[in-house]
Amino acid sequence: MKSDDYEKIAQARKAFATGKTKIVSFRKNQLRQLAKFLNENESALCDAIMQDLRRSKMETVLAEIVMTNNAIVNALENIDEWCKDEHQPKALLTLFSNVYIRKEPFGVCLVIASWNYPIALLLIPVISAIAAGNCVIIKPSECSAKVADLLLNLLPKYIDNECYPVVVTDSVHSAQLVENNRFDFIFFTGGTAIGRLIMKCAAEYLTPVVLELGGKNPCFVDKSCDIKTAARRICWGKFLNTGQICLAPDYILCEAEIHDEFVQEVKAVIDNFYGPDAQKSPDYGRIINDRQMSRLVKLLDTNDGKIVYGGKYDKKDKYISPTVVTDVTLNSAYMQQEMFGPILLIMSVANIDEAIETINKLEKPLALYAFSSNRQNIDKLLFSTTSGGVNINDVTMQYTLESLPFGGVGNSGIGNYHGKFGFDAFTHKRAVLHDGTPEALMKVRYAPYSESKLSQSKFLVNKSEKSTGIVGWLKSILGMSILGVVLAYGLHLIFGV
Amino acid sequence: MCAAKLVENVRQSFRSGVTKPIDWRIKQLNGIVKLVNENEQLLIQAVLRDIRKPKFETVLSELIVVKNEANHAINNIHQWVQPTYLSKYLHQGFDSIYLQKEPLGVTLIIGAWNYPILLVLAPLVGAIAAGNCAVLKPSEVSSTTANAIAELLPKYLDQDCFPVWQGGIEETTEILDQKFDHIFYTGSSFVGKKVMAAAAKNLTPVTLELGGKSPAYIDKESNIDIVANRITWGKFINSGQTCTSCDYILCHEAVVDEFCKAVKKRILHCFGEDPKQSLDLSRIINDRNFSRIAKLMDDVPSSKLVVGGVRDPSERYIAPTVYRDISMDDTIMQGEIFGPLMPIISVSGHEEAIRIMNSGEKPLAMYVFSNNNKVVDDVLDNVSSGGTTVNDVLMQAAVPNVPFGGVGNSGMGSYHGKFGFNTFTHERPVVQRTQGMEMLVESRYPPYTEKNLSMISWLISEKKGGYCNIL
Repeated sequence: MKSDDYEKIAQARKAFATGKTKIVSFRKNQLRQLAKFLNENESALCDAIMQDLRRSKMETVLAEIVMTNNAIVNALENIDEWCKDEHQPKALLTLFSNVYIRKEPFGVCLVIASWNYPIALLLIPVISAIAAGNCVIIKPSECSAKVADLLLNLLPKYIDNECYPVVVTDSVHSAQLVENNRFDFIFFTGGTAIGRLIMKCAAEYLTPVVLELGGKNPCFVDKSCDIKTAARRICWGKFLNTGQICLAPDYILCEAEIHDEFVQEVKAVIDNFYGPDAQKSPDYGRIINDRQMSRLVKLLDTNDGKIVYGGKYDKKDKYISPTVVTDVTLNSAYMQQEMFGPILLIMSVANIDEAIETINKLEKPLALYAFSSNRQNIDKLLFSTTSGGVNINDVTMQYTLESLPFGGVGNSGIGNYHGKFGFDAFTHKRAVLHDGTPEALMKVRYAPYSESKLSQSKFLVNKSEKSTGIVGWLKSILGMSILGVVLAYGLHLIFGV
Repeated sequence: MCAAKLVENVRQSFRSGVTKPIDWRIKQLNGIVKLVNENEQLLIQAVLRDIRKPKFETVLSELIVVKNEANHAINNIHQWVQPTYLSKYLHQGFDSIYLQKEPLGVTLIIGAWNYPILLVLAPLVGAIAAGNCAVLKPSEVSSTTANAIAELLPKYLDQDCFPVWQGGIEETTEILDQKFDHIFYTGSSFVGKKVMAAAAKNLTPVTLELGGKSPAYIDKESNIDIVANRITWGKFINSGQTCTSCDYILCHEAVVDEFCKAVKKRILHCFGEDPKQSLDLSRIINDRNFSRIAKLMDDVPSSKLVVGGVRDPSERYIAPTVYRDISMDDTIMQGEIFGPLMPIISVSGHEEAIRIMNSGEKPLAMYVFSNNNKVVDDVLDNVSSGGTTVNDVLMQAAVPNVPFGGVGNSGMGSYHGKFGFNTFTHERPVVQRTQGMEMLVESRYPPYTEKNLSMISWLISEKKGGYCNIL
């Protein structure tokens, strides 16, 4: 790690100690500046993405610029509400007290993004971290180098550089960043293997983490679905960003009865989207780098399954054609890792039960998809499986809503974000109780203990099944009144007051 | 049975779906209430044997709290499990969008010895309410209670879903090597790190309820007698072996003499001339901790002793002890005391108190005693902690509607009430669309056009005032 990276972290810690990020108007200003950054540099950002990923402007604007801007607008609209103390209803024990949950920032948070959506996956968590009052070490992926450079050079012109420094390192030094520095929170988007390492490093400092990882997202297609629509929506979600999206449908579990028709539809849709030679389509991207290219080409060369469409590649151009592979089984090489590329796997299944059995043999995925009009099948699928999120009759949409938490479960991740969930992720919810109970009522809890004190204390703290709602509240008032009278009489007897 | 087999069996139980029906979960929660009700004496005796905790404390701080947690869950579970419907954008008007509440699966709950019933059964309530299975690992240090729990639990709860795993370091390491869907640990920060590192191998989320040095600041604008009453109570419950106990006092120099006098008087009132004779004081859990605390005592010059300082290793008895004029460099300030020693540091005011508190790790609890709201606000604004009580101690952990947990070195995650349910729940967002209305969708497909880009951009952009959002 470069020495000035260490300095940036130290500076962020000093900046946090000044308390300036705790002021809500400061946070709002920084968010507005971020919006300005996006607005004034949209073209430059699209160009950088084109150079890194050869991703079309439409995909970049919608999936990165608009999504990030939405996060800013949502945060600005709601931050006052989110920051408020949450006051709690009274119980017998807290009748004279004020109980609330206070929202506090953790401190200096590290946000590490991955290269596939290098703007949104970096800035959306950063927005949440800023909204929650933290300082943030902003670490874009070195793999999407043009975007990283742009952020390094331009972001400091818009947002407070001491509170939110950008740190760009290579992969070796990225590991050191986490091993050698203590953060108050780490937010990581990337692969499962690195996720494990991050959590292991975080354990050393007891740093809480959110890990947005990946996995193999299954997509069940049954005979009740509209095959044309299903094929279109699936292909759209699959080939976005050349399949380099954590939410892409990884493998299709297609009911045998419609399998062949579905495959034909998929082929027709791909032709429609990108023409007969996708390498010439301006709407079709490229693989990020040689390492990923080699990984995917190796899979294609295994000859597991049957390539029914595509299967072409051009290493120099980092191009892999949209590819469809059928006759895939759980033992196929394709099924041993997250695809993260433009190869759509189609497995034939007899019915929903076989689909569920297959899904449950693998790790919990980030997303689960199904195309069906069969209510029973959908309910069964939802009940019998789990996943980070679900989309029925479409793909990826659970990412697009600020009101929905976005995150994985099991191997696909820990924690979540977006909207209020993002604010909460970066917030310490501190329970605060201002105790105003008169001392006379406290005596029942003090030593020397006695059976009568025990009975009185039990009365105050006991919560039975029936003591809730208005009845419970009235009981509390009655109970306190009786207790008050008893104590007053007791004081009178003892002290003559 | 080895740990791997045990966990595999529990996983089979979870896969069978038995924990999913709400009625079943309520039955298990009622089982916990029944277990406590029908075995109150046995449990009181077990804790008495382990740590000589008086019945008063066991009932109020463990048994009733467990029952309250269980009853609170029973009262609210139907509401908690309901899917949460969420706001949508205009173009999602035909979609159904909600959060489905799902159990995580097979969880591990590791308890601690200081509240050996509470710290196993209270987290279990959250796990059950959320529909999980759980392997329980009570602390072997409080062995009588651990054995009691191991014997009783199968009689009240489904033992295939909630087995008890017993043992020491070796057995704990063995169980931590297994794959769980959540690990809930209460104990020290030192072991907490190991738990999290073990969890990292399987990407298992953790809740760590740890400890630290929880400070109490006493401002000059306080009713010192009342402060002394409350601090004495909170400090010497369970002989100071409480994670939220006030570890050390920062007392305004203007009232430090008065406070020392008041605490001395209070200790006499609560525990008598010879506290060793009082049945209301527990003992130190074991020889190791006794020696550790004894060493802390030996390192304090006798001139600083206000009251106490007496100990008896044969009983593992340490008198309620107060020291004054302590400094940050003293040995007693170098680690969590977890014993009945109350060091008092004099400060010039709340600003100095804030500086001192912030020089250490974030504590599980922080207390401030003052009738001056500005002082209280200043301290709250400038010192973070897991939770806080103002003008009392411990109470932030006693109310059901607020999260109980640490921050930084004192822990991560939280529980109690709904927070326990949430800890053990995966909130799974579900977006259900219609397959119709394809014309609303097709503009997103390639071949891309500028016109489609503008239209979709406008449609999905969040506007100020949110007029594009509908419920």
